[in-house]
Amino acid sequence: MIGRKKKQAAAEAPSETNGNVGTVATRDLPPAPQRTVTRFGHGSRVPGWDDAVDLTKDPAEVPDPATTPVDAGLRAEIEAHMAKYPDFRSAAIPALAAAQRFHGWCSPEAIEQAACVMRLTPGYLISVASFYDMLETQPVGRHRVYVCTNISCSLCGADELMARLLEETAGDPDFNVRSFECLGACDIAPMASVNDIYVGPISLDDVPALVEQIRAGVPPLPNKQLHLRKSTDPNAAS
Amino acid sequence: MSQAILFKGIDEPGLNTIDVYVKRGGYEQLRRVLTTMTPEAVTEELLASGLRGRGGAGFPTGKKVSFIPAANVDKYLVCNADESEPGTFKDRELMQKSPHMLIEGLVIGAYAAGATRSFIYIRGEYVEQADIIDAAMLEAQEAGFIGENLLGSGFSLSLVLHRGAGAYICGEETGLLDSLEGKRGNPRLKPPFPANQGLYQGPTLINNVETLATIPHILAMGGAEYAKIGTETSAGTKLVSVSGNVRRPGNYEVELGTPSREIIYGLAGGPPEGREVKMWFPGGSSSPVLEPKDLDLPYDFNTLQKAGSMLGSGAIIVVDDSVAVVSVALKLAKFYRHESCGKCTPCREGTRWTVSMLERVDAGLATPMDLDIMASVQEQIIGNCLCVLGDAMAMPIGSMVKKFRAEFEAHIEAARDRNPYGGDDPGGRDGLDPVLVQGAADA
Repeated sequence: MIGRKKKQAAAEAPSETNGNVGTVATRDLPPAPQRTVTRFGHGSRVPGWDDAVDLTKDPAEVPDPATTPVDAGLRAEIEAHMAKYPDFRSAAIPALAAAQRFHGWCSPEAIEQAACVMRLTPGYLISVASFYDMLETQPVGRHRVYVCTNISCSLCGADELMARLLEETAGDPDFNVRSFECLGACDIAPMASVNDIYVGPISLDDVPALVEQIRAGVPPLPNKQLHLRKSTDPNAAS
Repeated sequence: MSQAILFKGIDEPGLNTIDVYVKRGGYEQLRRVLTTMTPEAVTEELLASGLRGRGGAGFPTGKKVSFIPAANVDKYLVCNADESEPGTFKDRELMQKSPHMLIEGLVIGAYAAGATRSFIYIRGEYVEQADIIDAAMLEAQEAGFIGENLLGSGFSLSLVLHRGAGAYICGEETGLLDSLEGKRGNPRLKPPFPANQGLYQGPTLINNVETLATIPHILAMGGAEYAKIGTETSAGTKLVSVSGNVRRPGNYEVELGTPSREIIYGLAGGPPEGREVKMWFPGGSSSPVLEPKDLDLPYDFNTLQKAGSMLGSGAIIVVDDSVAVVSVALKLAKFYRHESCGKCTPCREGTRWTVSMLERVDAGLATPMDLDIMASVQEQIIGNCLCVLGDAMAMPIGSMVKKFRAEFEAHIEAARDRNPYGGDDPGGRDGLDPVLVQGAADA
């Protein structure tokens, strides 16, 4: 706070003193920037801050199978996951992932259908879905491009890569380009997981080709995929 | 220098198939254990080997196995393949190239602990590796290494591969258990420890991929023989992931106790031409940073602990002198803020305020007093939460402020000169986070 007051004083100083006080006037100050605060339609700075919960409504119950149609394949997949565990609830993440693959994101319908098969409330599954980064609770583009912008990758230029990728895919609703926690491939930094395929190191010049390949639905940067990489350890060669 | 146990010939084509693995002597130890050894004898070998957990905490594996109660209840073994510590990628290479090594070690570990159900919790991002393990599990099942009455020993074991969905906290053992039970991955209060009450409230042994993969090799050479490798308190070899500003980033298997300089300069080639090491993380981004003068320290658990840091997951991240320490600190703090599960106040609020303060430093709005406040925030996080995620931010940030304080102060001054109005106060009018304002909680 102290620092800011000082600066505000300094900001007003040049116009008043106008070169009379040497120490202040020698600093050629740029015009003061406009301070803007993003606000949402309802006036709050936090989304959903004052959206009230509808207290007259009962909490959603376990969906009724009679009124909740579920695709047979999706149902079979979720039931197969449930059968693997001693407690069927363990299948929550695999079930949500399956529903997301089917619907594109964890939409209310997707959650409802997974909840119907698992005999859980939608609320339970929403609590799980909202915790994990790979489960999308908003509609997203179908091409997943996760760019690792964590420490090792950013030391190798991941932030520039991210900016370039965003620029190249700007306005294309098919793309879901996002920065991600460390993806565990710092040896090929800077890297990205393109529709689950790890590629790297990606130079800025690779970006247009990469985006074209994703659009065309062909394997991304075929000679820079992780599985081609030999170990760096001198004893690894057979 | 580098010594090969786990990585010996790991680039052999087809090693991910059971045929090549068996041809190289794979599953022989499992056969020997199941037909000739008692679970107690296996635990004895592990105790004698001095093997310490490779996931981060470095707890002696044999001791961990011996903590599993002998009672006749459902016991579980969980392999932690979440590998989410920034800078770590050793388990990825191991699982991708030699999945059967993990499965063999896992079955032996389950036999020693008396577990009848086992799980591999792999992070959701490792799709390729999970598919490889899936295929390897099928092969092992067909060959009779997983299932009922293995090799006629009366020991049965089921194995399930569980894919996560992207959360750093699920690498913490109790967060992992909650996630595996189909909940949000919030850590639990300890005690009770997972060895007594873990998965589904049953006794649970949780081990890292590398730890389990080492077990067959220990049995092959004998625990006492394995203990001769490395140092007295840190036995064996360790897979070290070297990344950041080095010429040859990658995984290297080294004998514990190898001088750190030899790993960073010898194996990984050191920083790029004309650059010097400014600081390095010896054990993932959660370990307190070390300086160039610490480069000659032997790379083992106890030495690094004595130097005020830790070996952690064995991930060395090298930062060269072209990088501003404030940008590294900010990157880290933002990551931990994003990944904090929000259960404990010191971590949830501490990570957020640390980001706000670092943004003030970066914008030139801070004073040296802010650095003191920041350091005290870090001190108040450490040890006050259920898990160590908060500590994982507080330790490196605290160490950076302490060791590079002059640079932090110079950064504040330079930013103030560059931007005399301070720009938009990143803390916002009420200290609200601009990230929240835009509604995009990206790391």
